[in-house]
Amino acid sequence: MNFKVMSFIIAAATLLFSATVFAAPPIKIGALFAVTGPAAFLGEPERNSAKMVIDEINKAGGVKGRKLELVAYDTTGDATKAVQLATKLIKDDKVVAIIGPSTTGETMAVIPVVEKEQIPLISCSAGSKITDPVKKWVFKTAQNDSLAVGRIYEYLQKTKQTNVSILTVSDGFGASGREQLKNQAAKYGITIVSDDTYGPKDTDMTAQLTKIRGVHSQAIICWGTNPGPAVIAKNARQLGIKTPLFMSHGVSSKKFIELAGDAAEGIKLPSGKVVVADLLPGSDRQKKSLMAFVKDYQKHYKAEGDHFGGHAWDAVMLIRNAVENGADSAAAIRDQLEKTRGFAGIGGSFTYSAQEHAGLGKDAFVLVEVKNKDWAIVK
Amino acid sequence: MQFDQILQYALSGLSTGAIYALIGIGFSIIYNATGIINFAQGEFVMLGGLLTLSSLELLKLPLWAAIPCAVAVSTVAGILFERLAIRPLRQPTPINLVIITIGGSILIRGLAMLVWGKDTHAIPPFSGDTPIAIGGATILPQHLWILGITLVTILINKVYFYHTISGKAMRACSYNRRAAGLVGIDVKRMVLFSFIISSAMGAVAGIIVAPLTMTAYDVGVMLGLKGFCAAIIGGMSSGISTVIGGLILGVLESLGAGLISSGYKDAIAFIILLLILFIRPQGLFGKADSERV
Amino acid sequence: MLVIVAPPLFKGGYLMNVLVFVGINTMLAIALNLLLGYAGQISLGHAGFFGLGAYLSGILTTTYGLNPWAAMPAAAGVVGCLAGLIGFPILKLKGHYLAMATLGLGIIIYIVFNETVEFTGGPSGLSGIPNLQLAGITFDSDVKNYYLIWGVTLAVMLFSLNLANSRVGRALRAVHDSEVAAQVLGVNSRILKVQIFALSAVISSLAGSLYAHTMTFISPASFGFNFSIELLTMVVIGGLGSVFGSFLGAALLTLLPEFLRGANDYDIIIYGALLVVMVMFMPGGLVRGIPALFRKIAARKGETGHA
Repeated sequence: MNFKVMSFIIAAATLLFSATVFAAPPIKIGALFAVTGPAAFLGEPERNSAKMVIDEINKAGGVKGRKLELVAYDTTGDATKAVQLATKLIKDDKVVAIIGPSTTGETMAVIPVVEKEQIPLISCSAGSKITDPVKKWVFKTAQNDSLAVGRIYEYLQKTKQTNVSILTVSDGFGASGREQLKNQAAKYGITIVSDDTYGPKDTDMTAQLTKIRGVHSQAIICWGTNPGPAVIAKNARQLGIKTPLFMSHGVSSKKFIELAGDAAEGIKLPSGKVVVADLLPGSDRQKKSLMAFVKDYQKHYKAEGDHFGGHAWDAVMLIRNAVENGADSAAAIRDQLEKTRGFAGIGGSFTYSAQEHAGLGKDAFVLVEVKNKDWAIVK
Repeated sequence: MQFDQILQYALSGLSTGAIYALIGIGFSIIYNATGIINFAQGEFVMLGGLLTLSSLELLKLPLWAAIPCAVAVSTVAGILFERLAIRPLRQPTPINLVIITIGGSILIRGLAMLVWGKDTHAIPPFSGDTPIAIGGATILPQHLWILGITLVTILINKVYFYHTISGKAMRACSYNRRAAGLVGIDVKRMVLFSFIISSAMGAVAGIIVAPLTMTAYDVGVMLGLKGFCAAIIGGMSSGISTVIGGLILGVLESLGAGLISSGYKDAIAFIILLLILFIRPQGLFGKADSERV
Repeated sequence: MLVIVAPPLFKGGYLMNVLVFVGINTMLAIALNLLLGYAGQISLGHAGFFGLGAYLSGILTTTYGLNPWAAMPAAAGVVGCLAGLIGFPILKLKGHYLAMATLGLGIIIYIVFNETVEFTGGPSGLSGIPNLQLAGITFDSDVKNYYLIWGVTLAVMLFSLNLANSRVGRALRAVHDSEVAAQVLGVNSRILKVQIFALSAVISSLAGSLYAHTMTFISPASFGFNFSIELLTMVVIGGLGSVFGSFLGAALLTLLPEFLRGANDYDIIIYGALLVVMVMFMPGGLVRGIPALFRKIAARKGETGHA
């Protein structure tokens, strides 16, 4: 069957599924999520959140009388696929903005494409280098890992635990984190006494931890995503390591506590506020939207809304606000995005400008601790 | 370098090595009976772990019932694999066999992904997780289970292959299939048996290691490859040589990761594999092969 | 002929991008086929040579500012030498052992890509690789790349067909059938195998360099064990020992994910099933299986015709 015919049928089917007939054509938003593959824990909640919030917006009548239409593709976490699918979204589906991708590696790969084709990209990945240096068409909603590292280092400086061992995973997320950990150490008076890595599929880190045990550091910072950190927590317990363990925001989900079991107690990590939404003081500006998000996600998907899904929610809302302010083309949306001031989203309070496309400040992270198999805010 | 650290590396390496050994023996058994390298061996390891998870959570069975259940189902999967993929093969050239077992492993992995999702799951350790101190190093009770069960499995294997008729028949097949057929051994049946034993062993390996390393639909790939390395080091024997091969591999890997570099940990296993294949392809303990023209 | 007609038909849409990949994959499939189909040596690590070509070319042009047209042959040369050196010990092995050894080699290369962060950028990949330029034209769009890649692919196809029908080709097939017999007849099988291994690696490296300059971004994920298996599948499904078969296999496996995009999670199953089914029922690959199928249907029609 001719490929063009096939894609036409698929496009028509997608349109059919997007509810009833409208006066004005829907606004097509493209999305690249790593729904399957090693980053599925990011892509799946992101896609779910994006669908959920777009459905709600459409049910309430859309934006300025127009419905939003999500065209989401699964990149499987592969940067090459992400580039191909970005091209597809722009050339075939003619979207006016793209949300995602889920990982820093994919985002870096896609950036040249969107810069060339002049379509705004709102990435859901953590790497600071996505928006630093600023690129005209690239924004992000996920907190910078530089902020996460800063949070941890700030705490360590305060508690005078300045000799640290770092253990990072050898993928894009871990590599970016490691870069940040090394770059910011001097600023907070931190000395990195040992620097080890582990593979994303490794099942035993006792070798690395034994080495760390031998250097007598005051804190161990582990940067990775499930299941590695859970294994590390268990291995550390097995080896009788009493040094306080810190993790990255990559594991700020209940899954980590479930996998690590008893070994998770006392572990601290920087997290988006959504995991402790109910513990926040009433004066917190984000509390209302956070609680609404958690409740909604639970209702729709019978699972806990986590802070990864929040990134996509924020991205959709930011685009929605841009359209609300009159933008309907790629360039106009981009300009409106830059005018965002103090939008209280899931990841934090967003303020963009011509020089700032990451939008979040230190308040985007709270330091939390695992207590009794649940999260508690560290003062 | 302190002795404590080296001891720790060695101990961790021993238990990982025991797992590699179990998987390696599985490879060897099938290879010896059929001449096939079953690339899907790692997937049975994965199935063992995940099936135990389901038995525990869905069927709410206690641990001592969940394990045999999981092993049984994995064995059935092994039988299906042999029946559907291996037996009907019309042109069993090495290339075709390699491809079919690879295809089979992808298929099994895909089905596992559909059934269990892509998440990692934890299984409770058999007898708690209070660390045990040995010298300056520590191990967990689960490590002892691993070493113990591996030992028992080896012994059962030995008894089977050397003291039962069907075991001896399988050994006969591995020496010379045609001759075995001539003396009345049902070679096709032996092939089936070899798959049964291997998938069961793989499943057991997966179950005893899951409490330590957690389990997911794709744990089989690397484990399978490393198990194969163990088998090669041991010269494809189904006995003590492969066990030693596995242990050596586990310990070297652990020492390498701790003393040299943690990033290259996986590379160590494969470098060892290449070295053995280049220098002494019959393994450390095997006899050299001669080629028939 | 097909190749030239395609672009105006698909007017620079997304499909052009896919077709560029079909071209690159065809080159890779042919390279592997030379080794696997003609000489009968299994390699499960070819993604490694592909990756080496990509990274060497990428690093030489970005970090050292070399002209891409110089970097590509330099990369190919290095890869060829490397393959030659490794080839000697590795090709002493046969069958499964060779498969595993090449598998191990491929994985080691992949790990090196991931770990040598200062050179390769590690898991985050290498970006900013320059496009190729020739006589004032910069190959920065899909359509232009399409012509470039397919130009090279066609050249490789012609070269391989020539090789297959030459003395070398016949010697290769002799080695495939029975190495000992070939040796007895005076074929230096050892040197021949190493030469073809090196040639296969060089072509893969070339494909890799072209890939790097077309994508401008590469990451280790594209060069792992999974891709080696994909290449193997392409060659087997297309047909061992057939250049046109390599094209069929590459085309099918590159286009298939596009059609299966709706079936998200099921594609991995279809993949594995395809492998198993193809080997069982069409071991000669599509290139022989489809005509055979037609012949069977035609024969049956003929029979019913004459009562």
